[in-house]
Amino acid sequence: MAREKSSKDNAKALFHSLRSAYAATPVNLKIIDLYVGFAVFTALIQVVYMASVGSFPFNSFLSGVLSCVGTAVLAVCLRIQVNKENKEFKDLPPERAFADFVLCNLVLHLVIMNFLG
Amino acid sequence: MAAPESSAAAVPTLYTNNALRNAFGGVLAFFILLLIGVMAFSIRLFSVIKYESVIHEFDPYFNYRVTQFLAKNGIYEFWNWFDDRTWYPLGRVIGGTVYPGLTLTAGTIWWLLNSLNIPLSVETVCVFTAPIFSAFASWATYLLTKEVKGTGAGLTAAALLAMVPSYISRSVAGSYDNEAVAIFALIFTFYLYIKTLNTGSLFYATLNSIAYFYMVCSWGGYTFIINLIPMHVLLCIVTGRFSSRLYIAYAPLVVLGTLLAALVPVVGFNAVMTSEHFASFLVFIILHVVAFVYYIKGILTPKMFKVAVTLVVSVGLAVCCAVIAVLVALVASSPTKGWSGRSLSLLDPTYASKYIPIIASVSEHQPPTWPSYFMDINVLAFLVPAGIIACFSPLSDASSFVVLYIATSVYFSGVMVRLMLVFAPAACITSGIALSQAFDVFTRSIKFQLPGIASNTEVDAAETSSSTAEAQNDVEKSEETSKNRPSKKSKKKEKEEKPLPKAKAEKKRLLALPLDSSVISLLLLILLGALYVVHCVWAAAEAYSAPSIVLTSRSHDGLHVFDDFREAYAWLRHNTDVDDKVASWWDYGYQTTAMANRTVIVDNNTWNNTHIATVGTAMSSPEKAAWEIFHSLDVKYVLVVFGGLVGYPSDDINKFLWMVRIGGGVFPHIKEPDYLRDGQYRIDSQATPTMLNCLMYKLSYYRFVETDGKAFDRVRQTEIGKKYFKLTHFEEVFTTHHWMVRIYKLKPPKNRIRGKTKKPKTKTSTTSSRAKRSGTGKKNPWH
Repeated sequence: MAREKSSKDNAKALFHSLRSAYAATPVNLKIIDLYVGFAVFTALIQVVYMASVGSFPFNSFLSGVLSCVGTAVLAVCLRIQVNKENKEFKDLPPERAFADFVLCNLVLHLVIMNFLG
Repeated sequence: MAAPESSAAAVPTLYTNNALRNAFGGVLAFFILLLIGVMAFSIRLFSVIKYESVIHEFDPYFNYRVTQFLAKNGIYEFWNWFDDRTWYPLGRVIGGTVYPGLTLTAGTIWWLLNSLNIPLSVETVCVFTAPIFSAFASWATYLLTKEVKGTGAGLTAAALLAMVPSYISRSVAGSYDNEAVAIFALIFTFYLYIKTLNTGSLFYATLNSIAYFYMVCSWGGYTFIINLIPMHVLLCIVTGRFSSRLYIAYAPLVVLGTLLAALVPVVGFNAVMTSEHFASFLVFIILHVVAFVYYIKGILTPKMFKVAVTLVVSVGLAVCCAVIAVLVALVASSPTKGWSGRSLSLLDPTYASKYIPIIASVSEHQPPTWPSYFMDINVLAFLVPAGIIACFSPLSDASSFVVLYIATSVYFSGVMVRLMLVFAPAACITSGIALSQAFDVFTRSIKFQLPGIASNTEVDAAETSSSTAEAQNDVEKSEETSKNRPSKKSKKKEKEEKPLPKAKAEKKRLLALPLDSSVISLLLLILLGALYVVHCVWAAAEAYSAPSIVLTSRSHDGLHVFDDFREAYAWLRHNTDVDDKVASWWDYGYQTTAMANRTVIVDNNTWNNTHIATVGTAMSSPEKAAWEIFHSLDVKYVLVVFGGLVGYPSDDINKFLWMVRIGGGVFPHIKEPDYLRDGQYRIDSQATPTMLNCLMYKLSYYRFVETDGKAFDRVRQTEIGKKYFKLTHFEEVFTTHHWMVRIYKLKPPKNRIRGKTKKPKTKTSTTSSRAKRSGTGKKNPWH
């Protein structure tokens, strides 16, 4: 009983500390996190759809899912490079990081458009 | 005030000395690289000089034919090309089964040159593509090694790669094969990966994915990249070198790389469904988990982090086990566990000989012998271990990658001799590092011990070794505030620099080797390099420049040239109809379609084992049965290569055992023991009757006794068994000058069948009796 209670307390304390720590992150990083969450959510919807109606034009499914995963990954890379707490990228101007992000997305979506069929 | 003035004057000269030295070094490196490129190009031209500008071997002829088609019809026709001149009557979808990188590259070069009004023919462009790309590959090696260890190591590695015999063997002028551009793509992809790892820039990650796409287009060996890089990422995670640069280097590559690989028609959906790619996805997931764990660790307190860990472990473990169980069941349900035959034969070297005799029969797929290592990489064989040790001091992400690359490529080169080619760049990189470090140590020892230079070396040490970056920063800072207080800043810098270099110089003098031993060692290293160069030039000139379509031999009465292959193909081209089908063993398929322009039954692609077994069965059967098989395939001419008159060892009689084995693997009425006497294939008087009656024997030795009266076979070194015989179902139409290629025509079926006349009254009874006869247990499917 005591162990269950303490584990439940622990879980609550963990949840609270996670929440407070996350609330302290700057707003621009939170926006990027929201974008990543949106991309992953879209990918999940596509997977559920494929599971329900079948995967016939497999290249379309693949390009759709991989485009969502790809934008999520690139947004995470952008977040890493823009984050002020990251010591390795302190002399990288955020404009340069954003320009790289846009370029990589352009290449990704060019490939997607080609593969979509 | 004289001291500050002189020191004020010393500051700009210090800066300009540094800049001048850097500029001079840069220009020198550029010229060295240019010379390395020229050397890489010219060492591969021996075959053009000794023979002629001709395409070599077998596979390059197919690539040449595809490039001709691309140059003539354009790229849309190329993607949709269905080739009906090969694998008759099945045909082959070229667009979907060929790796397009090489042909698209050569086609682009040809189109570019022709649009600039430089009218080079397609053949010239094809012949010289490989040397040009080997020059690019040596520059890519320079870039890669520079990222690992610095410019000196880069230049040494580039020079070594330009000459290494293993790479020369697959990229001479005329060897128009996939590896010619694929090795460049391999090294360039690795360079961009290391560059991304070192800088953490997303721009280089994009370039990395595009270079990986070029590699996937070029060669089936791209699976090496997509398995080596995840292995390296895993190694970095496990050894505690996880950083955000690693994430940026790997994650975009996996997503973009998989998409780009799926774009190439040859790979298609294999990019997500075969086991060769699963490692990349697994490491992708692991990387995300590790990154997430690091992130959570960063934002939580240690106590809370422990709580989180226990919670996640208890819940996550159950989910993980379920997912893994599902995956394992999926993979284990396929008989090859999802791997392709060729990849399986790499992991289990005995696999091919047990299950796929065609893969086992290719000589390039055999394991290499020990001497081939010394032939192919020569001096590098003992520089490689020194290079591996040099990579460990200090160990960085890039040098751990080089160590992993060389370890895996050594293993795979031991399995298949063709993969020595992947091992060669790794050997050059590590040897370049080792040589450059050795030169560094020796020249530094000499520099610190030469009398009279010792006093200047302190200033030298101040300029070069006491971090030129700091000096430049100081100089920049002093430039910014130079208007205000030049003297004070320069004085401070001079003071803090003076004690530093003294300590460093002392330390370096302690680490220096004795002068005479370092001079002698330097000379010995230069001698080693000279021996390497001599060996490479010899290997390029003598061993690897034979075009194998033209043979030469020297005897007491001069040089003999054997141009029989082209003679035979030219005869076919000019003396047969365009739609005539030619049957031969699969080795000669590509050359026949490219040079003779006739439809063939089987060729070097070997994708259909049953079709090859059909031809093998026909070659192993008696004349009538063989005629039936060939007639059912609409064959008009049969081509046989025979080396008995001149002593050419790679003829069809020596390949006969594979015809029997492959044919017997599909058609059980061909039994190998029927052809063996005491476990050996013999064609002399001790040969078995099955052997003496089979089509291959008859077509090879028909009228052979007329050459010297005794029918002495120079390859097998005996007289043949059956010397006087006639052909009943074939007629000889052409034999080349040295009897190396013999072409026979199928005789048309007789109008009257002797002994069996068809009477309309008894028609039904004969058909029924014939049906009864064929139903009674005759295993031969051709009757």
